[in-house]
Amino acid sequence: MERLSYTLSAPIPAGGTKPRAIVGVVASGNLEVLLERALAPDLCTVEIATAAHGFAEIWAAVVADFVARRAAGGLRIAINDGGARPDTVALRLAQGARLIAGDAA
Amino acid sequence: MRDWATQKAARAARIAAGASFARGKVVQAADLAPFLEAVLRPGDRVCLEGDNQKQADLLADALAEVDPGVIHDLHMVQSGIVLPSHLDVFEKGIARRLDYSYSGPQAARIARMLYGGQIALGAVHTYLELFARYFIDLTPQVALIAAVSADRDGNLYTGPNTEDTPTVVEATSFKDGLVVAQVGEIVDRVPRVDIPGDRVHFVVEAGRPFHVEPLFTRDPGAITETQILTAMLAIKGLYAPYGIRRLNHGIGFNTAAIELLLPTYGEKLGLRGQVCTHWALNPHPTLIPAIEAGWVEQIHCFGSEVGMDDYIAARPDIYFTGADGSLRSNRAFCQTAGLYACDLFIGSTLQVDISGHSSTVTTNRIAGFGGAPNMGSDPRGRRHPSEPWLKAGAEADPDTPAPLRRGRKLVVQIGETFGDGNVPLFVERLDALALAEKLDLPLAPVMVYGDDVTHIVTEEGIANLLLCRDADEREQAIRGVAGYTEIGRRRDAAMVARLRERGVIRRPEDLGIDPLDADRSLLAARSIKDLALASGGLYRPPSRFRNW
Amino acid sequence: MTPAFEPEALSWYEGSARQRIAALVDPGSFREAVGPEERATSPHLALFDLPEQFDDGMIVGQAAFEGTPILVAAQEGRFMGGAVGEVHGAKLVGLLRAAKSLALDVLVLFDTGGVRLQEANAGETAIAEIMRALVEARLSGSRVVGLIGGRSGCYGGGGLIAGCCSALLVTEQGRIGVTGPEVIETNRGVEEFDARDRALVWRTMGGKHRYLIGGADRYVDDGPEAFRAAVRDVLAAPGRLDLATLDAEQARLERRLARFGAARDATDIWSALGVAEAQAVPGLSTQAFRAVALGRESAHDAR
Repeated sequence: MERLSYTLSAPIPAGGTKPRAIVGVVASGNLEVLLERALAPDLCTVEIATAAHGFAEIWAAVVADFVARRAAGGLRIAINDGGARPDTVALRLAQGARLIAGDAA
Repeated sequence: MRDWATQKAARAARIAAGASFARGKVVQAADLAPFLEAVLRPGDRVCLEGDNQKQADLLADALAEVDPGVIHDLHMVQSGIVLPSHLDVFEKGIARRLDYSYSGPQAARIARMLYGGQIALGAVHTYLELFARYFIDLTPQVALIAAVSADRDGNLYTGPNTEDTPTVVEATSFKDGLVVAQVGEIVDRVPRVDIPGDRVHFVVEAGRPFHVEPLFTRDPGAITETQILTAMLAIKGLYAPYGIRRLNHGIGFNTAAIELLLPTYGEKLGLRGQVCTHWALNPHPTLIPAIEAGWVEQIHCFGSEVGMDDYIAARPDIYFTGADGSLRSNRAFCQTAGLYACDLFIGSTLQVDISGHSSTVTTNRIAGFGGAPNMGSDPRGRRHPSEPWLKAGAEADPDTPAPLRRGRKLVVQIGETFGDGNVPLFVERLDALALAEKLDLPLAPVMVYGDDVTHIVTEEGIANLLLCRDADEREQAIRGVAGYTEIGRRRDAAMVARLRERGVIRRPEDLGIDPLDADRSLLAARSIKDLALASGGLYRPPSRFRNW
Repeated sequence: MTPAFEPEALSWYEGSARQRIAALVDPGSFREAVGPEERATSPHLALFDLPEQFDDGMIVGQAAFEGTPILVAAQEGRFMGGAVGEVHGAKLVGLLRAAKSLALDVLVLFDTGGVRLQEANAGETAIAEIMRALVEARLSGSRVVGLIGGRSGCYGGGGLIAGCCSALLVTEQGRIGVTGPEVIETNRGVEEFDARDRALVWRTMGGKHRYLIGGADRYVDDGPEAFRAAVRDVLAAPGRLDLATLDAEQARLERRLARFGAARDATDIWSALGVAEAQAVPGLSTQAFRAVALGRESAHDAR
């Protein structure tokens, strides 16, 4: 397994008050994202465990865009990846940010 | 003195040779190999059906059994290389030369055989192009065709999977060629006459239906959220603003998602009756909910689709049907319709380069062209106007005065930035170029050329290439929707931002679409079973798609 | 123009384990135990370079069902085919032991292909421990109800566990068995069982057949509403487990084998049950199917 870890400053703090949220399933082409409200509101960490080696550059780009555009501040995010495409990763991260903010129906 | 009737005499000789195996026109299946040895000649141009869906499988197997000492060096001209026996004839030296269109199911083996020199390739064509050459320089001397049933006079019923047969028989029979048909059964009276008997010389009763592949069934259960997002973009960002009523969908999950979003997302946008009313399309099961909800006026089909016959027969206001009630398809006319009578083609591909050229060829697999380059091209011979056509033409060429400015057909490539196996859709150099070098082809097998493509739709947004003024803008517009692929990551961010301001690139949010709303709950049917239920039980999915 | 058909809000077949729980129990009442934040993951999968899931594909906890406290377990069928591993199994064992201590009923949302090959020893042991804990819970008065309708079905060890439940609720898409179709074909040949003939697979192991042959107690539509109604129904009846019950079940199975053992195909069994058009059964709507199923092999009180 390849393990990647990113720590970024987050311009937008996570919404709501829920302590944690989880989205997704570890299946082929999918991933699970566990979000925990555990950090200072201007910080975000993302840790990834993936069996697909050599995609660090893409993970970095996807994570950077997510933290810059979505309400990710204060979240410790852990990902188990089943070989998902970058667009699926971006979608799950956004779903997670929405879920922990309590916005999802 | 020249003899001007040599071909008639030659055919008469073949018929006489074949007659010793026949009673009237009927040949027994057990006699097929010696029969074919009697009626064929070495070097003949032979059309074996070989269609996209139906296969004259009994005749194909028999052809592969002839003695290559007697019949050799045949020139095969056929639409599809589909069955193993289609390539066995080359391996055995029965056939030598090939002109064809589509080889998807045999893509790996035909690649190996072309590299290995076992096949002398004439050219790979589109369907319509090959049909056209049947009338000029690739006229078959013998046609081995497939029909559902025949009467003793040779009148043929080809039924829902009529496909290429009328075109093949027209070219062959009227240029003094021999037509041999395999049929499931010989009957007293055929349900309708698709091919008149005086064009057919021999008939063999196979005792079983011809082989048909279900190529156009896509399980809604496999449609992903990203594909749904691209479908929303296509509907709201293209179909609505251009007012697309007449269109063709290539097969794929993105287009299946569009079809399943019409009765839900399309309905919410108030588009029923405004878009997607007239179709050149095979009977996609995924269009059933939209048909049932009143979106569709009319569909013309290239062929049929396994399991759809009863549904089609129950919807004659929508589909083309014969006096017997079943579908009448016709590939040549449907390809023509898609070219000239449709304002939009949308399909998926495997590779797109920064000029917008696309291809499904990889170095190990040669799938051929099928119908896509024909459907995915701008027909410069078109003269009748329509709103979408004129609007696209104005976008492409704002400077020419309107009365002299032809319109443009929308040719759309749709797909996720990363495909199966996380392979990027966007590449620097098409594998098709490597293939052309390897096989010494004068032309790389490009499916749709960059100057025909008008829009590219990915989960990152829509690139409108009509609005690009030069090659640089085109390149950055493509990079601007290429997501996290290497091509996408190497974009000129400032230029992409400017293109977005001009509307050349539009992101989901620019169209009021939130990617988080791209949810499977938007699909009008979420499983094959749902499709069967939506059809009122008329659609009978083949076993491989069942989970009940 | 409204279409004649509209898909259900949540398809059980498509839903995740968490979505199924949330839709089944009283809204907001589910309290997860050993949740993903505890990261009780498989100690074995990393050895095979396989990704883990934080809950190891088994979600357990307590909830309320129409006001009454109840314990719930759900397998995530899309993670490793819902297969049972060490942690996955241990969570279910713990839940069933808690059911006995707390005197609560249990709902088990099955979605499994059996034991995880990578954790075979631990998995097989877990199946045995689960069956023991399940029976002990039942002996002390708890009902253990199995809900089956996911993509992976209920196979292998899961099928064995299901056989110990007080009641089984199954959908049309659900399947219950021990050996999976592909394994039967590999071991016995395609003439014995063609695993690609999906209509055959469902005729042999699918929800309708299981219901008709007494292998499931309720047949429901593919949605949480239908499952809720069926759960309500079976919880209203006692779930006695004693020697008399087991004797009755043994007798029932012997009689069933004698009656149908020579049948070549499920349709032969359905015809023998008095179903007029056996071939038509797979295509029947729920309503029509329930009507023909009135003559089914009943489980009586064997459960």
